[in-house]
Order: sequence, then structure tokens, then C-alpha cells
Amino acid sequence: MNRRTFRRFKSNAMVGLMIVAVVLAVLPLLFILADLVIKGAGNLDLAFFTETPAPAGDEGGGVVHAIVGTLIIVGMAALIGLPIGIGAGIYCAEYPGSRITWITRFVADVLNGTPSIVIGVFAWAWIVATQKHFSAFAGSAALAMIMIPMVLRTTEEMIRLVPNSLREAALALGYPRWRTSLGIVVRSTLPGIITGSLLAVARIAGETAPLLFTALGSQYLSTNPNQPMAALPLTVFTYATGPYDEWHQLAWASALVLILVVLVLSVGARLALRRGAGTHG
Amino acid sequence: MTSSTLPAPAAAPLAADPVLRRRSHGDMVFRGLLTLAAVIVPVLLVFLVYELWVGSRLAIGEFGLGFIGSSAWDPVTGKFGAYPLIFGTLLSSFIALVIAVPLSLGVAVYLTEFAPMSIRQPIAFVIGLLAAIPSVVYGLWGIFVLIPFLRSTLFPFLQGTLGFLPIFDGPIYGPSMLSAGIILAIMIMPYIMSVAREILIAVPASQREASLALGATRWEAVRTVVIPYARTGILGAIVLGLGRALGETMAVTMLIGNRHEIAASLFAPGYTMAAAIANEFTEAVGDLHLSALAYVALVLFGVTIVVNAAARLLIWRVARGSAAGSRAL
Repeated sequence: MNRRTFRRFKSNAMVGLMIVAVVLAVLPLLFILADLVIKGAGNLDLAFFTETPAPAGDEGGGVVHAIVGTLIIVGMAALIGLPIGIGAGIYCAEYPGSRITWITRFVADVLNGTPSIVIGVFAWAWIVATQKHFSAFAGSAALAMIMIPMVLRTTEEMIRLVPNSLREAALALGYPRWRTSLGIVVRSTLPGIITGSLLAVARIAGETAPLLFTALGSQYLSTNPNQPMAALPLTVFTYATGPYDEWHQLAWASALVLILVVLVLSVGARLALRRGAGTHG
Repeated sequence: MTSSTLPAPAAAPLAADPVLRRRSHGDMVFRGLLTLAAVIVPVLLVFLVYELWVGSRLAIGEFGLGFIGSSAWDPVTGKFGAYPLIFGTLLSSFIALVIAVPLSLGVAVYLTEFAPMSIRQPIAFVIGLLAAIPSVVYGLWGIFVLIPFLRSTLFPFLQGTLGFLPIFDGPIYGPSMLSAGIILAIMIMPYIMSVAREILIAVPASQREASLALGATRWEAVRTVVIPYARTGILGAIVLGLGRALGETMAVTMLIGNRHEIAASLFAPGYTMAAAIANEFTEAVGDLHLSALAYVALVLFGVTIVVNAAARLLIWRVARGSAAGSRAL
């Protein structure tokens, strides 16, 4: 083999290795999704969505308490986190020279990299320890804190894509700054901001660690945010690590529901953005 | 504190004209509300550090910095040390990097340099979905699918071929340091891949073209030009992956075996900082135990801040100003 063919051979061999890497990277996703459907779909009956758990070790029962709990906890987290995240994001994009912008952006990056379990400990120390009881609200506060920096950064990035000429045109026509910001700038990036918000909601819907010692989990259907509350990720964790086969089946089914919710939210959000704004997300 | 893009109008006509004055009130309210939202974020961080410090004050007073080097963990006698936890956190993350880095860089290079245009976006999208799967689902899958597979095939194979190394010696448990490292590798791969891909896309085409024009094969162009050009950013992507692995909780808790010990063998169970907090916090006996766990959280927070700051510096140097990587977090 002469030198030239060897070099070409080497190039092709490396590409071959990379294709192997792609296959190895995609395989886990296929296996996880397939196993979830195989082991979880069989348990998705009416009882699963309408009943609370059967006594330990018994057949049947459902996780309606966890589904309702997740809706409430994530809903409250979104109510707290979205206005703050979007507002701070608009601030950072609209007043880029301000010192607050610099600090807020830096802190958002720090919070983005903070492990969710640490935020759980914080929410525990802040709310649970002072109130002396576990509560769904404390879980929501922890989740809100996780979503704020995410929403902030996507909102800011989206707004910064708006050409300055658009802003200047509105101001030249006599719009005050606040109407320019809300009516022109934010409105033209609304699909992007909604996408970022949905992605953040999808992300916190699957979070378990911050709920462990805030919302705690519960065996009963509860709608009181001041009390411990069940959530789907907590249910998956408790049932997966528990000793009974019936629990394991419920864990698989709960995980399947959880992942369907998360994937529909995040894939839907990305596809909507790609169609709407033509940017790659 | 004025905006850098649009200077405020002169003050005199503003005060004279009632319409303009009304507008400026609207602007003030608007800016005030936004400022409030923006200020909440740093205040939350200050509050977080303060609460962690207050929570761990008892343990800090009791053990001081020796906490980090001590291996004791006995709630009954009130002796606590985080060394096995820190060791386990670093080792499981290191295993994850050893597996995930070659894979994710291979995928990133393939997708930016070699793959047919039509499949680049779809493959990146599919691998990105891995990042959307909740940690607890990885844990579930790990317990019931991955561990049985590893225990019956990969682990005996490693022991059979490389058993002379102490790290592949000893009895094979299911839940182990290596199992946790493997699940972590799967979890951080999409992050490293997507940031590395953004960095590689930012390499100017002229660099590749110049190299190819000089007669390099496509792989040689990648190895001698593209990768050196993007080296700092790729390192940043890897460190970012490390930051994620260090703080990952649920999947590790479910797979690592949760034992406060340092074992030479990767087949033996271990523990990480995050897993210890997750497992013991609600069952902590006494204030000192709780405080020790808060101290662990403080240490973990400190480590991830340093690692993430390093990653961000590395990435910023390449893609200055752009928010590359911040989304991936």
C-alpha cells in the first residue's frame, strides 16, 4: 500500500469509527424508549389514571394522585418562574449596557450549572425548615428557581435577534419605549419565548431531586399546596427502588407517562419554533 | 445606567410636554418592573449561599475543613467526613468522561464535517432527545435493564480479560461505581455533543478549504486544522459535561450502590455527594447529620461553580459574546 492510499484509507477508517460512535450514541435512546413502551404500556389502563395506589404489594391501583400533583406543582412553579424569567430576560436584552444586566446574566449562568439537588436543599432550608413541614409549594419554589435562568437566557437570546432598525422605527413613529418593547420587540419574538418557556416546563416536569425533601410525595390525592404532595418523578423513584413487582410495573407505566409528557412538550416546542421562525433550535 | 442603544431624550421638553411626560411615566413603570425581575435572580443566589452556609454552620464549626479529608460517616457517634463522597463524585464523573468524550466528539465531528447534509439536523435532534429524558427515568432503566445486562455480560468480560488490574478485580455487584459511570456517560453525551458541534460549526470554512487545497485528506484537515482551531472550545464543552456529571443525582443514586466506602474495584458500590444528600436528608438523625449533609451540598455547589466557570471561560474565548453552551446547561 503506498502512502497516498494509506492516507485515504486512514481517512475513511476514521469516518467509519465516527459512524460507529453515532450508532452507539443513538442506541441508548432507542433502547430506553422501547423498554418504556414494552414494560409500561401494558399497565396504562383506566385505573392507572383514575385510582390512587393499592396497598403495598396488592395488584391494581393507579397514580392519579401523582398526575394531579405534578400538574399542580409544575403549574405553580411556572406561575412563579415564567414572569420572573421572561421579565429578567427582557431586561437583559433591552438594557444591555446596564450593570444589573451583567450581574444577572452571570448569576443566571451560575444557577444554570447548579445541581438541582443543591437547589432542593436550599428550598428545604428556606421554606420547609422555617415552616416546619413539607409542602408542595416548597417544591414549586425549587422548580421555579431551576426554570428562571433557563427562561431568562432563551428570552434574552431571542430578543437579541430582533434587528435594531425595528426598534428605531417604532421609536421614530413616537412609540414610548415600553410599548416598543412589548408591542414590537417582544411580540415579534413571542414564538421563541413560548418555545423557551415550554422547554423549561418540560425540563422541570421531570425533575426529581429538588422535590425529595420539599414536596416529599404522598400516597393520597391532595390538592392542598401547603401539604406534602405526590409527583410523577417521585412516584417513579419510590416504586422503582421498592421491593414489590407491582410497584415496579407502576414505576414503568409512570415513567412512560412522564416521558410522553416531556417529549411532547419539548419536541413540540422545538418543531413549532423551527416552523415559525426558521431558526435552528 | 442609561441604555447603551438609545440615549434618553433631553430633559427640558420632557418636562414641558404633558404627553411626553405621561410616556416617560409608562417607561419608568415598565423599566421598574423589569428591573425587579432582573434583580431577583442575583438576590436568589445570595440567599442560596447564605442558607447553605447557615444550614452547614454546625458541621463547619464541628469539623472545619478536615471534613473534606475525613472518611468517617457515623450518624450514631456524630462523626462525619465527606472524603468518600467527593472521591465517588470525581471518579464516577471521570468514568463518564472517559466513555462520553470520544463518543460525543466523534459524533460532533461527523455531523459537522462528514455527514450528508440531509441527516445532520435529524441526528443532532435525536441525540438531543437524550438530554430531555428525566434523570429518574435513566435510573429506572438502569436498575431494570442496564444493570442486569452489565452484570451478565460486560462486567464478566472485563474481569475475564482485564481482571489483573485492581479496578476490574473483586466480586461483581450490580449497583456499582462503573454502572453509575456508564449511565452518567449516556446522560452527559448529548450536552458535550451539542456544544462541541456549535464550536465546530464556528470554525471558518476557509480554514478547511486551505488545508484541503494543500492536499490533505478530509480526516487530516479535521485533525490538523479544524480540531486545533476549536481546541479551547471543545475543552470547554468537555468541562461543561463534567459540571453536569458532578451534580447529577437521581440516576446515580439508583445505580451506584450507596456505600460510604472507597474501593479499588469499579465493580464495588460507592457513593457521591449528590446521592448522599438525596438518600439521607429526609432520614437524617439529629441536627449534626443534617448539617453535615448541608455542608456536603455547599462543597458540591462550590465544586460545580468552579467547573462551570472554567467551562464558560473556555467557551467564551472561542465564541465571544454568543451564548454558546448556555442553552445546553
